[in-house]
Amino acid sequence: MQKLLSELSVGETGIVKSVAGEGKLRRRLFDMGVTPGAEVVLRKKAPLGDPLEITIRGYELTLRKTEAACVGLEVKE
Amino acid sequence: MKKFALAGNPNCGKTTLFNLLTGSTAYVGNWPGVTVDKREGVYKRGEEPVSIVDLPGIYSLSPYTPEEVVSRNFILDERPDCVINIVDATNLERNLYLTTQLMEIDVPVVLALNMMDAVEKKGDKIDAARLEKKIGLPVVTISALKGNGIKELMDRAIKVSKSPRKGETVLKDSPIAHLIRDVSIALEGQKVAAPLFHAVKLSEMDEIEVRMHPELVPTVDAFKSTFSDDTFGTDFEAVVADARYKYISANYSSVVERSGKEKTALTKSDKADRILTHRIWGIPIFLVILLGIFHLTFSENLLFLNGFGEGWMPSLFGSVEEGGLGWEENAATTLLACFYDGTVFSPGVILTNLWNWTIGWIGTLLELCCAPAAPWVGSFVVDGIWGGLSAVLGFLPQILVLFLFFSILEDSGYMARVAFILDRIFRKFGLSGRAFMPMIMGFGCSLPAMINTRTLADEQERTATVRVIPFFSCGAKLPILTAVAGAIVSSFGVGNADLITYGMYLLGVVTAIVCVLIMRSTTMRGEVPPFIMELPAYHAPLFKGLMIHLWDKTKHFIKKAFTIIFASTIVIWFLSSFSWNWQFLLEEVEAGGETVMVNLHADRSILGSVGMLIQPLFTPLGFGSQLGAAGWVFAVAAITGLVAKENVIASFGTLAAAVAGSYIATEEGIMEVSAMIAATGITIPALISFIAFNMLTIPCFAACATARAELPKGKFKWTLLFWVCTSYVVSSAIYLIGSWWWTAFIAAAVVAAAVVGIVLWNKKRPVKEEQPVQASERAEAEIAVSDEEHKEE
Repeated sequence: MQKLLSELSVGETGIVKSVAGEGKLRRRLFDMGVTPGAEVVLRKKAPLGDPLEITIRGYELTLRKTEAACVGLEVKE
Repeated sequence: MKKFALAGNPNCGKTTLFNLLTGSTAYVGNWPGVTVDKREGVYKRGEEPVSIVDLPGIYSLSPYTPEEVVSRNFILDERPDCVINIVDATNLERNLYLTTQLMEIDVPVVLALNMMDAVEKKGDKIDAARLEKKIGLPVVTISALKGNGIKELMDRAIKVSKSPRKGETVLKDSPIAHLIRDVSIALEGQKVAAPLFHAVKLSEMDEIEVRMHPELVPTVDAFKSTFSDDTFGTDFEAVVADARYKYISANYSSVVERSGKEKTALTKSDKADRILTHRIWGIPIFLVILLGIFHLTFSENLLFLNGFGEGWMPSLFGSVEEGGLGWEENAATTLLACFYDGTVFSPGVILTNLWNWTIGWIGTLLELCCAPAAPWVGSFVVDGIWGGLSAVLGFLPQILVLFLFFSILEDSGYMARVAFILDRIFRKFGLSGRAFMPMIMGFGCSLPAMINTRTLADEQERTATVRVIPFFSCGAKLPILTAVAGAIVSSFGVGNADLITYGMYLLGVVTAIVCVLIMRSTTMRGEVPPFIMELPAYHAPLFKGLMIHLWDKTKHFIKKAFTIIFASTIVIWFLSSFSWNWQFLLEEVEAGGETVMVNLHADRSILGSVGMLIQPLFTPLGFGSQLGAAGWVFAVAAITGLVAKENVIASFGTLAAAVAGSYIATEEGIMEVSAMIAATGITIPALISFIAFNMLTIPCFAACATARAELPKGKFKWTLLFWVCTSYVVSSAIYLIGSWWWTAFIAAAVVAAAVVGIVLWNKKRPVKEEQPVQASERAEAEIAVSDEEHKEE
């Protein structure tokens, strides 16, 4: 099932399929290891619902929902 | 001397290794991105001394952040003999991503595999020998924390530095391998150093490379027209990043032997994180921690021990005032009073008191020593030099305590979570959660706070933060607040001094928020900076690390205190002690059985006449012409505050003596201000406006110098203007509304008109796209700034 990273629920796992956005933001996502094929787990949401904390390539990364909306995932049913 | 560079991801133990190699005390934090400019040291334990350069922590060599450009230019232009690439073994994939970029440069590279102990603790294994074979670079396992493997690392590095290395790339099998080869050959023909690296970057259409080699852009474009990748089309930046990670996963990840158990078990760090960033408890816990820190630093009533009934603890002041005690007993009582005076003080206050007690005794001794000399010499030494020093150093203990707590939060990894928790709120004002740290440090001292803005990735965010940091009332402003608030209560018999003080702190924070909002919707419009940040694992802070960290925060303050602030207090002493015709104005006066030097004629001093000249300027603020002949005192106090806020309290003493015609000296300055109130007939709104002006205006010369260095070129003069205007507008609003309540309606109308104006103006002009060149120009400015910093040190 296709989902955006921003739509993931806590504890859910997905595989990165696409990264949208442009310039600095997109490059930053790539550099932090958010590239196609990487496995992502949504660890938690911040107390106010945003930003998100994910585990990717074995470490914890935080990003905002708007930034997470650039990342398309394939989620196992 | 050979030169080695240390490169690696933020938070991978790079600075710890640097300290270990050079014995220096560079700053180590558990906060991504603590080293923005490079620092240098010397490794002396090998066969030959080696110069070690610590580059900022980076994830990539992209052209987008100043840290990355600093590192990239250093390796390319300064040509170190070897690059030691520190790799966090617990996070191999992402760390090796940088390695794949470093190995494209024609420079010897050694991999230092750090934090192996943490990997083994998890039950995993990493086969370093196999990694070395696969990656084609020497790999040495080290523990920077314990100091293991350092000798071997340096031996290998010295060995490989003896022969040059040609760049290698992992992109040989990528879809754009042909393009990279063609461009690389073309660059080699032009005798460009490190052709492979430049070729890869040029293929990515990296903006720095495009500017350096515009002649090769058509080659890339031509290739683009014949090529299309299935997922990325012709976005080669994406193709390259993807190819790097794919290669790493396919080739290097196999050297890690996972025990497989770590996925289910929660680590200690995870457990701590569950509580500290809890959905409901996260914010309350943060607030309690913050309040606790401020309580332990500033409170004069530790844990509210005296809150259970007024005065159940006996007061000490009775016995001191009764007098008749010998100086030994007197000393003992005043020493005891450092800890306790009817209430138990917090550690921060106790330290400050002890410190001031010591300073006070040294001052008394100095006075005795100088007694035989000419009066102006004694005054110069005691009031000018020592007075200046002690005024500046007086609140050093509180800054130390406050920053010690911040260092603990930072080193433990909690500060990164605070940014995580608060980002949602800060985004509303156009900032990111990272801006919290520098702002909260502003309550201690603006200098380290402004320097801390280097951890902010976005230039506009940095500028906005630097500008509002002084509104977070620093340690030097607190005495002004307490003195004036105390005098308001004692002279007019209204209000509560603590309440007024807290109110002013709040006013500062609100002003900061409003100013950021206004800046972000007028002069600094643009996207909210992205917030993509690594959250480091929690760990218990180490004592040595904390001390290094604390020193790093305080050293800027001490350095500036002994130079700029010190020099300026001497100038102020001179201007207030001499008249235009070089007459020394202080005279000996009998007070309480002692002879003291008092300046009873400050109105004749150079400073006094300057005060009288500019007094009318403060009329809209309530402490100008309406105060009459003696009103110049507030103008003078405000001017001395522009130089350094510490001067204001000292000025109160001098000025009160001048207007009251007699000698008054109290530690807290309340009596002095009361005398000034009596002489000038100043009103309460005008007094509040006076403290608001002092809080919001130009902070001090030292902060100005720091802001100048931290801000992008050309922004400093606007920042000065911003400070002056903000303080003037806010203070006059306070005075006008406080004196004539109906002016609130006029103020409201003006604010409404301004808001409507800004909204309409913004609607007409859509947000401009950031020019791609800007980022690298900023990076260059950044390098210029960091170079200046180096020269300074």
